[in-house]
Amino acid sequence: MKTTAIETARGARVRVLEAGSGAPVVFLHGAGGLLPDNPFLDQLAARYRVLAPEFPGYGESTGEEFLDDMLDFALHGWDVVDALGLRRPHLVGHSMGGMIAAEMACVAPRDLDKLVLVAAAGLWIDEHPIPDLFSFLPHEYAQTLFHDRAAGEALLTGGLDLRNPNALMEFYIAHTKRMGMAGKILFPIPNRRLAKRLYRLTAPTLLVWGKSDRLIGPVYADRFQSLIRNSTLQLIDEAGHMLPYEQPDAFVTAVTRFLD
Amino acid sequence: MKFTWFNLMPWPYLPDDFRERYHSVWVDIPNRLYDPEKGHFLYHRYMDQLEYADALGFDGIGVNEHHQNGYGLMPSPNLIAAGLARRTSRAAIAVIGNSLALYNPPIRVAEEFAMLDVLSGGRLLAGFPVGTSMDTNYCYGQIPALTRDKYAEAHELVMRAWQSEEPFAFDGKYNQLRYVNLWPRPIQKPHPPVYIPGGGSIETWDFCLDHDYNYSYLSFTGYLRGKKLLDGYWERVAKRGKDESPYRAAFAQTICVGETDQEAEELYAEHVSYFYNRCLHVYLGFADAPGYRTIKTIQANVLNALSEEFQSLFSTLTWKQLVDDGYIIAGSPKTVRHRMEEMIKGLRIGHVFGLFHIGDMPDWKSRHSSKLFAEQVMPHLRDVWPEWRDDDRWWCKPLPYRARPEEGLEAARQHARKPQ
Repeated sequence: MKTTAIETARGARVRVLEAGSGAPVVFLHGAGGLLPDNPFLDQLAARYRVLAPEFPGYGESTGEEFLDDMLDFALHGWDVVDALGLRRPHLVGHSMGGMIAAEMACVAPRDLDKLVLVAAAGLWIDEHPIPDLFSFLPHEYAQTLFHDRAAGEALLTGGLDLRNPNALMEFYIAHTKRMGMAGKILFPIPNRRLAKRLYRLTAPTLLVWGKSDRLIGPVYADRFQSLIRNSTLQLIDEAGHMLPYEQPDAFVTAVTRFLD
Repeated sequence: MKFTWFNLMPWPYLPDDFRERYHSVWVDIPNRLYDPEKGHFLYHRYMDQLEYADALGFDGIGVNEHHQNGYGLMPSPNLIAAGLARRTSRAAIAVIGNSLALYNPPIRVAEEFAMLDVLSGGRLLAGFPVGTSMDTNYCYGQIPALTRDKYAEAHELVMRAWQSEEPFAFDGKYNQLRYVNLWPRPIQKPHPPVYIPGGGSIETWDFCLDHDYNYSYLSFTGYLRGKKLLDGYWERVAKRGKDESPYRAAFAQTICVGETDQEAEELYAEHVSYFYNRCLHVYLGFADAPGYRTIKTIQANVLNALSEEFQSLFSTLTWKQLVDDGYIIAGSPKTVRHRMEEMIKGLRIGHVFGLFHIGDMPDWKSRHSSKLFAEQVMPHLRDVWPEWRDDDRWWCKPLPYRARPEEGLEAARQHARKPQ
């Protein structure tokens, strides 16, 4: 995928991964950001014009100081769509990106085509508390985020040798920047009252969830489905929270079937 | 030199296998381990000790704020300070401090500190920590990346409230108040001396120097390790062209005094071990919420006392290592005097926050150590900085004539016994 840099009207400089042609699909990443390899985006780009912006604080995007609260994040999402010159794109949001995409769809329901929420954050159910991602030690991520822990570990570190102190410091700083930003809408409880606004969401919506999501379990998919009137749910086998990375084929098939 | 007697107020009844059985001493320590009936006696024992320190001639008595914490039983240090204000009349009351970002609205801190200053007759030292990540983010739910911004705004609000003589409107990002009008106002003018306790965020240095506040370095790893950080602070002081008064800096140090070096080990080793083993058993995932520290501080790679390295070290440290490596200052009055002098000069500090009650130490041992220090150590260290002898910029300025409620109690009793 090629990368481009855009500047939003508010002044945030955003790096965007882009490939393919056809109907525009904007993919919003989760709290961990895009990984070095994102095969599901390449696959989607075979049919659509895929655009994956990185939020401020992620990768090379800057402008963290412009985003403090949920409304800032949602408006930033639309600022990016505007800066890219897109009209009524499909929005696909994973985890934190799903929370933002859902807010965007509530704020401006007529400005998108279809919505895909993938293991989306944004709701809270007392009986099913979401593990505290912000208190995780490095080794705790993979076991919570992936169906297959060992494969997940390899994906998360992306071949980086963390025994090298410089590599470790670099990783730690990038991680701190990413999670520091994510904390603005996810800490300490990843709920900024999306539920009371979901009545405004009229776009056809697909919910895609991994059956073994140990972070935001499938019970949250059911709750989203009950709150979004025009929604369908697709569960994916042998997939955890990072399902687009863990089961890219099944993920792309489900999304393509819905968008076409 | 100014010596402040500090009590963290640890819970002394953590089980022997606490480290193995429990996740963390802080944040999610099960509160069934707290027994309120024992707690009743404990608060009084700890407050009695602070009052005893006043009687021994310590310059200050100190309390601090922690939440959901097995080694710090003061979610509200102001309550303890209020009790101390009534029963002491001489020592400064050092509240180090109130975590500004946790109060909503933070005008509450301006009010309570003003109350304490008035109640104590102008003896308050006002501490404004950003607060640890454990307290601020994990216990009190503040968003890590916004904590410092919120703190800065709260600081501005409190300082304006203390100094303004007219009601004013405050249109902040986190606080909107149409009428800020402090009632009561503090005795000390323009405001009580301000202490900023820091654990190693380098932005804190400039903040202290911008406002001429005291920088208090609080760590449990002792003065040999503290030197690296304070050297950085003094470099910053020089670079900013500020005078180098040692009273700009304070350091917290665990101190154990016995009649002899050997007695110190016999009396205190087990309690120090309790502290390092059980009280510092903090789950690493709570040490540093992402966004709490700035990237600049992380890049400066300053020592984090809760790093994995220290955590594993704490559980294995022997008395000899603790003493030799300067985690604690312990021994006979002579030994302690020598080490204290080395610390004071090495760090260039005018204030010592001495921790004389450690872990599960029984009352008499804490008093024994404090008394030896007050009588045989403190007098010899008074004048380490003769050229700065008159520098009282960071000390309280009490009213010359103050109410003496602690004397009133006995008078009231006698009055009550008289036949009507």
